[in-house]
Amino acid sequence: MNDRILDFSIKYGFLILLFGLIIFFSLATNGFSSPRSAVFVLQSVAITGILALGVTCTLVVDGFDLSIGAVATSALMLSAYSMVILEQSALVAVLLCLFMGALVGMINGLLIVRFRVPDLLATLGMMFLLIGLQRIPTQGNSIATGMSLGNGVAAEGTFSKAFLWIGRHRFDLVLERLVPMPVVIFLVIAILIWLFLGFTRHGRMMYAIGSNERAAELVGVKVNNYKIAAYMISGVTASIGGILLAARLGRGDIASGNNLLLDSVAAALIGFAVLGAARPNAFGTAIGALFVGILLQGMTMMNAPYYTQDFVKGAVLVAALVFTFYLSSRRTGSGH
Amino acid sequence: MPVHALEVRGLLKNFGKNRVLKGIDLSLSHGTVTVLMGANGAGKSTLVKIICGYHSADEGELIKAGQAFSPETAADAIAKGVVTVHQSIDDGVIPDLDVANNLLLDRLAEPRSGFFVREGKLRKDAQQVADSMGIDVDMKARVADLSVADRQMIAIARAMARKPEVLILDEPTSSLSATEASRLFALIDRLRDAGVAILYISHRMSDIRRIADRILCMRDGAISGVFEDKPLDYEAAVTAMLGHRMNEVDFTAQVGNGPVLELKDVKLTPTAEAINLTCRDGEVVALIGLLGSGKSRLAEVIYGISRALSGEMLIDGTEYRPASVEQAVQRGVFMSPKDRGSNAVIPAFDITNNMTLPFFAKFSKGSFLSDNRSRARSREMNQQLGVVCQSETDEIGTLSGGNQQKVMIARWLMEPCRVLLLDEPFQGVDIGARRDIGKHIRTSAPGRTTIVFMAEIDEAIEIADRIVVMSEGSIKGEHINKNIELSALISDISGSQVSTAGQNP
Repeated sequence: MNDRILDFSIKYGFLILLFGLIIFFSLATNGFSSPRSAVFVLQSVAITGILALGVTCTLVVDGFDLSIGAVATSALMLSAYSMVILEQSALVAVLLCLFMGALVGMINGLLIVRFRVPDLLATLGMMFLLIGLQRIPTQGNSIATGMSLGNGVAAEGTFSKAFLWIGRHRFDLVLERLVPMPVVIFLVIAILIWLFLGFTRHGRMMYAIGSNERAAELVGVKVNNYKIAAYMISGVTASIGGILLAARLGRGDIASGNNLLLDSVAAALIGFAVLGAARPNAFGTAIGALFVGILLQGMTMMNAPYYTQDFVKGAVLVAALVFTFYLSSRRTGSGH
Repeated sequence: MPVHALEVRGLLKNFGKNRVLKGIDLSLSHGTVTVLMGANGAGKSTLVKIICGYHSADEGELIKAGQAFSPETAADAIAKGVVTVHQSIDDGVIPDLDVANNLLLDRLAEPRSGFFVREGKLRKDAQQVADSMGIDVDMKARVADLSVADRQMIAIARAMARKPEVLILDEPTSSLSATEASRLFALIDRLRDAGVAILYISHRMSDIRRIADRILCMRDGAISGVFEDKPLDYEAAVTAMLGHRMNEVDFTAQVGNGPVLELKDVKLTPTAEAINLTCRDGEVVALIGLLGSGKSRLAEVIYGISRALSGEMLIDGTEYRPASVEQAVQRGVFMSPKDRGSNAVIPAFDITNNMTLPFFAKFSKGSFLSDNRSRARSREMNQQLGVVCQSETDEIGTLSGGNQQKVMIARWLMEPCRVLLLDEPFQGVDIGARRDIGKHIRTSAPGRTTIVFMAEIDEAIEIADRIVVMSEGSIKGEHINKNIELSALISDISGSQVSTAGQNP
């Protein structure tokens, strides 16, 4: 009997908590349970959610990618640089960013599988490298139309309409101009990664690698290729996040995106607790991102001061980790 | 009665339902080297862990120099004069410190040793320790840069710095070359002359011949033989270790059809003789040998994990030179590795996914896995092998060891292959599961050649048509599994002389 309660709470505890929160905020505040508010929550978590889905792939192969935040801000600066200073089209800017993300992911993967650098260290190094690199072309300045390029010349290029559309367009759904483009992209990526990890043989082999790399190698799985692929997925999704951020801001802001890394890692880790998976999974990651978004939105509407936000995120993360590791270790018994 | 350096009386130890030690009595005397032999799972390491204070015994007592001895922790055992050098050398040294610091680490750890390290004095003292042991290395060299043998010597020298009365060496030569090992033996001789009681755990017959004063054999958690009359009867010791309860063999040995896998002049080590071996269709060949005999290395070579030094392999008459496991699998060479916990089981997966892992491509359409098809196939295999489970979606961790092993074997029996390699398929498997697995391997044998790598004679006789004995990286004899002359088999294993009886050219 006790076991069944434990099982049930491991499996559904987190989702019940989520619904409890939604009901609580709906009753306690005015207007929390409206479509506009729901979309606002989704919008606030879209970019972190996309990054979190990428880092989930690296967690699946028992790796870790600390460079995602830096990749995203690099994409932000790169897209601004290519449009404002190089005066390229939106398409070129987007392709450049995606290519950069894939390249960084590949370098991360090669550092880890070929040069045997531990994943945390390789991606930490890459993070620093990118944070520095993205500031060099503009001597540490933000990029905006009309900025001085030295010797009296001003940057002529602008963020193209098409590019801004990616970040700012809103689709009609029930209400006019309700669903923003980044939310649509978030949902599409979430579904793609969910299908890939959960239902394709490639995803299944990545889980095998994460669980017992040696065993996967001994049945002939191309372990190194899958690991590199995981980091490339992570790099590409992070660069998509950066593109959306740039399109929303409309300028290459050097200071934005500071919280991206920690928030998205938190979402992926909270995802371990969803449905008692106790392992990285796309559905859990998406729910984890939403959970944080809902909590912050609800608290904002209840007039909680902004500086309590990080504290609340941390508390949720710790609770989720206890859920995942303590409760499920009790379920499986304390080892053999 | 002389006072023994260490005496063990009636030692019992259970891990859960598993009775690991079933009443061990033994004694170690000053100035003698006692060799402890035993196959995997005989309980050697548990015994050592109890003596060195890592585990506590359920029953029984340890007596050291006439006094009760019950170490609470490993440090306690060391303080009381019982020192163990474990198999993995790096537990005994700090790789990033230099030789002098390593040799005197224990002195540095003493509370009275002062706050600042006096490098000069340290180095001089360390040089003394090294000289007394006959170790000739630069005191300033980083231990990580030394050879395995030097590291091993330093680990032992460190142990000796504590002036132990009892020294336990757990497979100290397992990673040493022959010349390196001979330096170690010289050191052991010196310690024996100094009156240290040494317990030496090993499988290598050449080591045992070189240094043993007496031999203890363990089998299934009990002492199965004590040999102390000179000259020592090494063959009887191997028999006591491996046992040869004759099982009624209920099959007739098959000769097999055409050759499938041929090894030609395959050399595993520079000093070993080249291996020539032909395995035929429908035949089950058991490759037996002690730990370190090279059989696992040979399995790795055939499965594309490592390369032989020279020689070639053929499958169905065409050249076979796998550069990776993947290529081996593509050519129809499958292997179930030993130590399933670290090499085979995917703990996060259920039975179905564990079983179908190598063949995901066959169970998917356009990359999307069809769980229905793989589950149906896994259900079939579960029935064939008698896997005891609730359903084919049980987590692998909920199964017993024997059933997990059935799933690991089923993994490679699911698809037809040309060469099936099974490395220690009966490791950690109860007798019932062992029979089930053995029966299934034999009934499914036609259409491929099967090579089973194992240490136990009983197991080989139970499953194989032909038994090939390996020792020191080469083949020492072949026996058709029909009225086998056990003495010849055992003398092959212990390497006393090259047997001609029952050989199959």
